[in-house]
Amino acid sequence: MTSHTSTHDGFEDRHDRPAGNPNPPPEPDPGPGESLGREAWRRLRQNHAAMFSLGLLVVITIACVAGPWLSPWGLADVDWNAFGVPPTLEGMHLLGTDANGRDLLTRTLYGGRVSLSVALVATVVSLVIGVLYGAISGYVGGRTDNLMMRFVDIMYSLPFMFLVILLMVVFGRNIFLIYAAIGAVEWLDMARIVRGQTLALKRREFIEAAHALGVKDSRIITRHLIPNTLGPVIIYVTLTVPKVILLESFLSFLGLGVQEPLTSWGVLISEGTDQMQSAPWMLLVPAVCLALTLFCLNFLGDGLRDALDPRTR
Amino acid sequence: MLTYTAKRLAMAIPTLLIVITVSFFLMRVAPGGPFDGERQLPPEIENNLRAAYHLDEPLPMQYLRYMGNLLQGDFGPSFKYKDFSVTQLILQGFPVSLELGGLAIGLALIIGLPLGVIAALRRNSTVDYMVMGIALGGIAVPNFVIAPILALVFGVLLAWLPAGGWNGGALPNLVLPVIALAIQQIAYIARMMRASMIETLGSHFIRTARAKGLSERQVIWRHALRPSMLPVISYLGPAIAGIITGSVVIEQIFGLPGIGRYFVQGALNRDYTLVMGTVVFYGVLIVLMNLVVDLLYSALDPQIRYDD
Repeated sequence: MTSHTSTHDGFEDRHDRPAGNPNPPPEPDPGPGESLGREAWRRLRQNHAAMFSLGLLVVITIACVAGPWLSPWGLADVDWNAFGVPPTLEGMHLLGTDANGRDLLTRTLYGGRVSLSVALVATVVSLVIGVLYGAISGYVGGRTDNLMMRFVDIMYSLPFMFLVILLMVVFGRNIFLIYAAIGAVEWLDMARIVRGQTLALKRREFIEAAHALGVKDSRIITRHLIPNTLGPVIIYVTLTVPKVILLESFLSFLGLGVQEPLTSWGVLISEGTDQMQSAPWMLLVPAVCLALTLFCLNFLGDGLRDALDPRTR
Repeated sequence: MLTYTAKRLAMAIPTLLIVITVSFFLMRVAPGGPFDGERQLPPEIENNLRAAYHLDEPLPMQYLRYMGNLLQGDFGPSFKYKDFSVTQLILQGFPVSLELGGLAIGLALIIGLPLGVIAALRRNSTVDYMVMGIALGGIAVPNFVIAPILALVFGVLLAWLPAGGWNGGALPNLVLPVIALAIQQIAYIARMMRASMIETLGSHFIRTARAKGLSERQVIWRHALRPSMLPVISYLGPAIAGIITGSVVIEQIFGLPGIGRYFVQGALNRDYTLVMGTVVFYGVLIVLMNLVVDLLYSALDPQIRYDD
């Protein structure tokens, strides 16, 4: 992550120094400097729950990405000797099979790919929209700012869940629409946070200096403002990811998300619910994966907030 | 207060207009018409049908007609439930959803608030860690996982309660769905109440109350509780929206005949008017609830005066 000082080397020093004084008073030694990113990492490492969650998330991600290649079974492969069997070594169904004889571990890993990819892409979509919107609104200010934020207020009170479902009904269910729709829903908080940061930042000297040097507004926003809002943005991203995963599995659970042959944790949970009495592992496996991922993301988010929030220092 | 109410109402109108307009045009650009059945209709009959539903008029006219009908509480006919209008279906489902949601939000407050207060008063104790651990569980485990597990354990394995069905709203049928719906909100409310109670207990007026010799019980009941509840009150808007959204899956899982079930069925069957009607109805409901919560908040917080 980019720290304040490394982005704007020198600007503030030159600006703050009174002009025409040949012998400026020596500034008090601020002590050995530590970049914001490094300090946050040091603080995060002391938080065992967050570090454990981070490790587990890495393991889950690697398993979902690489696991399906190692499995002898494919996503839709049917084992005609094993319909709805509990976890067994026979035929390498480590977590059993579903009612159609498909290997549950393999399907769960494939489902994880979809759920995690939705989390990643939709979060990036919301990040790009929210950060740009918030930075522009805060930087331009005045009537534009007022109008843009009023729009966010209105969007806030919309029943978004239902509009997303409406989108799914109208345009058919496909995964790219899910990426875009969820991303387009989740940018509002991000925009507010970035706007607040921008309002505080734009009065600072280094922005003024950039202005004085004739830097264009668009460049000030992208090179000077946005990098300095990264701290709160990172915190908020870790809170957005679990929300997005939850939203996707909610849609898929209702049968309005991803469709066959693709699967996701929400789809698997929904299938597991149907078979709950005869084959409880079909519900438990994807449910545990989903819950574990959400747990870890929450812990990690809390840890990052503690590590990055200057007020807790 | 009155000006504020009027202002907030005025703010709600563009929101509702957006909901209605977006859903109207989304439905009109949807591929496939409402009469694409298994059987190809003869063109004359299809034309007659289109005329009967005013689908042959220009789009702006249709839009105005739809708005006019909405103002009279008419959401149009359902394309799949042939003999019902959407309004009838919504009115049929609403009492079920209302009872479910109302009980859930009540339960969330009755359990969540005390849990948060207890955790705050015993900060960093075992009780605190337990409450916060459970709350984190309630947030991380989604209700569509909790609900089937509750149904399996208490409905099927132990057979204490019915695992589904409405049965005219009998109490045993309500228990599991209401709990499943409330758990997440209990978790959020407990967390929020704990944080805000801890903040209040550290403030000056509490120190003053203690310094003048009030008992701890009086300090908490008379002084700390009310200001601590304000963040929870302002959270009620999102909480109600969350309960409404949650009721969609809960009604589906427990097979309850509420609006949420019609909504999902409509969405799966591409019953456009039903889906659109439900979205608009939910939109109105959420906007109104937000308004009520805001007014409640302004009534409870003496520091807020809206008559500017």
